[in-house]
Amino acid sequence: MTATDPTIASAKSERGWYKRNEIAVTPWLFLAPAILFFAFYVIWPIYQSIAISFYDWDGLGEAQYVGMANYVELMDDSAFEVSLWNNFKWLLFYLLAIPGGLFIALFLNQTVTGIRIYKSLFFFPFVLSQVVVGLVFSWFYLPNEGLLNGVLGLVGLGPVNVLGDPTMATYGIIAAGLWPQTAYCMILYLTGLNAVDPEQIEAGRLDNAKGWKMLWYIIIPQLKPATFIAFVVTIIGALRSFDLISIMTNGGPFGQTRVLSFYMFEKALSEYGFRMGYGAAIAVVLFLIMLVFIAYFLWSMWSEEKGR
Amino acid sequence: MRFTTKSMLMALAGSTMLAGAASAELTGELKIFLDTSNPAPRATMEKMIADFGAEHPGLEISTTVIDREAYKTQIRNFLTADSPDVATWYAANRMTPYVSAGLFEDVSDLWAEPEIAENLASTKGAMTIDGKQWGVPYTYYQWGIYYRKDIYEELGLNEPANFDEMKSNCQAIIDSGRKCYTIGTKFLWTAGGWFDYLNMRTHGFDFHMELAQGNVKWTDDRVKETFANWRQLIDMGAFVDNHQNYSWQESLPFIVNGEAAAILKGNFAVAPLREAGLDDSKLDFYQFPAINPNVELAEDAPTDTFHIPANASNKEAAREFLRFVVSANVQTEINNGANLGQLPVNAGSAVDDDKFLNEGFTMLSENSPGGVAQFFDRDFPAEMAAEAMQGLQEFMVFPDNLDDILARLEKVQDRVYK
Repeated sequence: MTATDPTIASAKSERGWYKRNEIAVTPWLFLAPAILFFAFYVIWPIYQSIAISFYDWDGLGEAQYVGMANYVELMDDSAFEVSLWNNFKWLLFYLLAIPGGLFIALFLNQTVTGIRIYKSLFFFPFVLSQVVVGLVFSWFYLPNEGLLNGVLGLVGLGPVNVLGDPTMATYGIIAAGLWPQTAYCMILYLTGLNAVDPEQIEAGRLDNAKGWKMLWYIIIPQLKPATFIAFVVTIIGALRSFDLISIMTNGGPFGQTRVLSFYMFEKALSEYGFRMGYGAAIAVVLFLIMLVFIAYFLWSMWSEEKGR
Repeated sequence: MRFTTKSMLMALAGSTMLAGAASAELTGELKIFLDTSNPAPRATMEKMIADFGAEHPGLEISTTVIDREAYKTQIRNFLTADSPDVATWYAANRMTPYVSAGLFEDVSDLWAEPEIAENLASTKGAMTIDGKQWGVPYTYYQWGIYYRKDIYEELGLNEPANFDEMKSNCQAIIDSGRKCYTIGTKFLWTAGGWFDYLNMRTHGFDFHMELAQGNVKWTDDRVKETFANWRQLIDMGAFVDNHQNYSWQESLPFIVNGEAAAILKGNFAVAPLREAGLDDSKLDFYQFPAINPNVELAEDAPTDTFHIPANASNKEAAREFLRFVVSANVQTEINNGANLGQLPVNAGSAVDDDKFLNEGFTMLSENSPGGVAQFFDRDFPAEMAAEAMQGLQEFMVFPDNLDDILARLEKVQDRVYK
């Protein structure tokens, strides 16, 4: 009786290991390249940075283990403190790109002859390299010949040296960064506005909603996905700010416009930088700040998925 | 008899052919990395390398010119990873990190050859670390004050001989609605030049070196005296406004347009100033005047160098190239006014008949008894120099922050020279 079904038994043994586990294994096979690259280019360097931050190393000679000494030194480093504060300023003021982008998108979301040209013109700064943006703005801000002071002079305001004044320089650079970033948010909102449901607007109209109320209660809730993406790219953009600082002030005047990424570069990789361990410690702090946002993004995406 | 003469001639021809063959035997690739990215030096170097290539047709020479500022960071990568056979760099302390990491080839053998030993003796010290030589110099240049002769004549001023005259000249220039000195401190090192001179003139070369080596504290009263002298100039309004916004190149229009009367700079400033239209009737040079009459005058004269990376693949050709670069004729050629416009390192070379080169050469050989420094960021350890130059810039903008700056520098000093 046990041998009643030999065909099944033989078929089972004929099927290979892969065939038997196909359902479970295939997703992993497809994920494997991504996981491999992610591990190699993201996870491993993070681990390495953390490891290096416990060493005193000039990048060329022998590394010397110093424990937490790099972090202890950071606590007492006024340049680090300045960079950290500047990072927060960037995070806060860079977010102005979101309402700015929304405003321009609403403004451009109409059918007029040639609107495509206007849209492309508004989008133009985002296509420019950050280096070009930085150069243009540093000329704009020039203390004597710059356009800004020309305009200020017309209305009788004294000349200001935006990039040479330690209290103003960071805001000046952020303003330059807002130019392309606003364009980016604008394009996100423009696509978002295409997806706004006309029926809901119609229904709102019937209920006598217009102006700000229409915007706040009908339009903006429907733009939530666009707002989320705009928020993510703006936060990431703020934390990655480097090119503009490097071009416009080179971290100066006397280091007052540095942010963590720039300070890390200066300490570890620049002309006079020979302190890989110290640079890595700064990188770890920056990573922790980013981690807060990454966790928030992941959490909000996850709860979005779960809500469906 | 005829036969023997002929055979001797043949033998002679054979031996010269052999010698010719020996030097033409250099084959393979020779990769040269240069930081001479400014137009004039770049053309000079390319011409010189082409000449070298013509002498050695078997060599396949490739030249990479990297932006001078970017080069300073890239050198760390290419010395370890993808090493060229010859690379430019700077003398003295700036070599230390690469020498101690074993990335520069010891070229003491070249310095033992009589041709180099006899003619390059004056720069040997700047190339020596731990009793060995790690490269060869190819040029050096004086620093000093380049000024607008026509403005000085217009105001009836003479080249100052001491600090009081320097200040009274400056006051006259300010009264005429100009600034005395242009400077662009965006990249910080230009302020280091002013500190070098003010410190060496106030307390002398030896004191300056003691500070560079960390034997004198930044909070020392003598250092404060140097800053007090500097402050006199700052408080007069001697320097152009907003200098923290400009690179040194961007600071040149002030002197070209006559808004500033002078600049403290190395001789490399002459080429762009001439190009901008300042001929010898408008541009002149004087040595930084004495401040404390009791100290001997000392000068900054940075030396630029060629090195063979330890990981180079064609060291034989690289050595031949180094010999070529320092040879008397090449030195005369590349340093003349039409090319680098600087001073040749080979004692057998001729200094070009150029007003500024002659004045500089005379100054360095006859009127610099105190000694010759390399430059602030070459004499001080890199990390100390970086922090200090930032402090110098801050001091020039906010002189009142001095105590704070010096306290900060002392903290850095404690860490750097441990």
